[in-house]
Amino acid sequence: MNLWKVAWRSIQHRSLASVLTAFSMSLGVALVVTVLVIYAVIDNAFQRSTQGYNLIVGPKGSKTDLVLSTAFYINSSDLETIPYGLYRDIYRKFPGEIDKAIPVALGEPYKGAPVVATKRDFFEELRYGDKKPYVFRYGENFAGSDYRGAVLGYNAARRLKLKVGEKISLLDGAENSENADDVFTVRGILRFSGTPNDQAVFINLEGFYEMNESRRNLIDRIRKGEKEDTPTEEQRTLSAILVLTKKKEVMPEIKMNASGDQPSELVVSESGMTSQVYNPSLEALPRLIEEDKEYHIQAVSPTAVVTTLFDKVIGNIRLVLVILACLVIVVAGIGMMVSIYNTMNERRHEIAIMRALGAKRRTVMMVILFESILLSLAGGVVGFVLGHSLIGILSPWISESLRVPVSAFQLQGIEVLLIPGLTLLASIVGYLPAVMAYRTDVAESL
Amino acid sequence: MLELKNLKKSYTEPDGGDLPILDIPSWELAEGEQVVVVGASGCGKTTLLHIIAGILRPTSGHVMIDGWDIPLLNEAERDQFRARRIGYVFQTFNLLPGFTAYENVLLGMTFAGHGRLDKNRARHLLERVGLGHRLHHKPGQLSVGEQQRVSVARALGNKPKLVLADEPTANVDVGNQQHVIDMLRETCEEEKVALILVTHSPDVAGQFQRVDKLSEVNLVVQRKQQETAQTAG
Ligand SMILES: Nc1ncnc2c1ncn2[C@@H]1O[C@H](COP(=O)(O)OP(=O)(O)O)[C@@H](O)[C@H]1O
Ligand SMILES: [Mg+2]
Repeated sequence: MNLWKVAWRSIQHRSLASVLTAFSMSLGVALVVTVLVIYAVIDNAFQRSTQGYNLIVGPKGSKTDLVLSTAFYINSSDLETIPYGLYRDIYRKFPGEIDKAIPVALGEPYKGAPVVATKRDFFEELRYGDKKPYVFRYGENFAGSDYRGAVLGYNAARRLKLKVGEKISLLDGAENSENADDVFTVRGILRFSGTPNDQAVFINLEGFYEMNESRRNLIDRIRKGEKEDTPTEEQRTLSAILVLTKKKEVMPEIKMNASGDQPSELVVSESGMTSQVYNPSLEALPRLIEEDKEYHIQAVSPTAVVTTLFDKVIGNIRLVLVILACLVIVVAGIGMMVSIYNTMNERRHEIAIMRALGAKRRTVMMVILFESILLSLAGGVVGFVLGHSLIGILSPWISESLRVPVSAFQLQGIEVLLIPGLTLLASIVGYLPAVMAYRTDVAESL
Repeated sequence: MLELKNLKKSYTEPDGGDLPILDIPSWELAEGEQVVVVGASGCGKTTLLHIIAGILRPTSGHVMIDGWDIPLLNEAERDQFRARRIGYVFQTFNLLPGFTAYENVLLGMTFAGHGRLDKNRARHLLERVGLGHRLHHKPGQLSVGEQQRVSVARALGNKPKLVLADEPTANVDVGNQQHVIDMLRETCEEEKVALILVTHSPDVAGQFQRVDKLSEVNLVVQRKQQETAQTAG
């Protein structure tokens, strides 16, 4: 029989008090676990949303707003726009810099789903998460000539209960009203990607302009009588242009190229030329774009903005939550100390018996410390299960609102720290009762 | 095997004064010998056993066991010595309530150090005291007589040289007293363990060859008796 077992028997002997003490500890641990996992999920949600384009070119103004509206479809109304002409000119204006440019115009939301007008390139050129291509679960991409084609994100299709071939009337909100200027036909539904695109309705940019122009004409006709114009270039605007630069941004973990013998700072670009690692803040392209005389535009690295935003806002929230959760654990620890302390009177007799049987002072001290450690670790295990079960219960809701898959047993590496952390806490709170055990006078307490 | 020399013990009274309890010039016990110690309540029998066991330190003097002078050892050494060489049977049994009979016997072995745990011996001892069918009962589920027999088995767990029994039958019902005494004497004899048994019962004392009155070996008690004799006379 080792001292752990002796401590365990002592816990069992006071089972009710032990269970209550361990339970209060488990609540604290559950809270910490939940906070950690949810934080990681949010982090993941943000990281996944970087969709393989290095730059967002958009109107001058807040960089954060530009990224939030373009990459996350948050706060996308009342934004400045850029002329469509820029999209046409962009390869020529910045020669050799741009690999791919994808125009994006954000429309009025359709039944709460962001409406994104773009070209079919969006699904063909962009990669999400870990360089995954967009895949169609049903149907296919709209053709360039199919002006009234639409593609739905996975969640949007589910929420709006739409199938391939069905029609949506973007402005009236009524389905299947034939031949109106705002009617689009669903050509494809994307597979779940965990990005904000899951929520979105994508339409052909050309159809989007047609829709807007015919509406404008209708309003004009009502105002000025019959007079149909051909649409002018100025009326065609974009919210942003997603740009894939020739110089690729390199993630730290894949610094080595395939052959493995290149110095890590050097990367072979797609054209076969060796170039420096792309760093948006240092490179010339964003500066060139910012300084452009013709257009009032800026270029933003979504990754940089997202990281800053995340660290600033959510990083602090996590810190506060983790501190609160740790306080709960500390309070539970103090509760444990009080609980053990209160039993010290009756224990004094048991301790004296052990001493009379030949246990050293240090031994009885260890028994009390072990008891405290076992109680908090038991609480830790229960809390761990509790926390992850809680996440399991909340996962549908979290997945829905954060647009990221969550599972009950999404373990975080940092949770391993709970074991030494709890052991340390237990040793601290167990110390006072342990010292009382150490000081027990055997002859008096027998 | 055991030898007390010029052993003195006095307690400090709450007012700071000295309260002499023991003053034993010389007292001996041979290997495997069994002795009953009798004496009036409060004359220092428990104190004496505590000192022999190394739980208490004498004010002065020697307690020699197998050549070791117990009071000279430091506390940890005395604890170790007690665990390995001395078995203790208490008046109130002092079994640990959270542990089964079997575990109570193992517990004493645990404290004696690595390699001392002998599960077969624990089982054997409990069978020897007639509790083979009660191994996994907790003290609360045992009669007082059974509890005291568990404590006899526990005292013998580490193959001690000496068992100290402090009024082991005072809290046992009359019907079981003899059984406990028999168990204690028989097992000590079998294991060749010396036994010091404190009792108030003339019945129990009568069964032993050697019965020492603490007042006869203890100068303090003798002095007190003389004083009372003088005041009476
Ligand atoms: N810690 C102590 N402080 C002061 N006096 C004590 C203490 N412990 C015991 N005594 C006194 O010592 C005397 C002997 O006690 P004890 O050895 O328990 O007697 P016995 O076991 O023979 O009845 C008693 O008078 C008791 O009051
Ligand atoms: Mg006594």
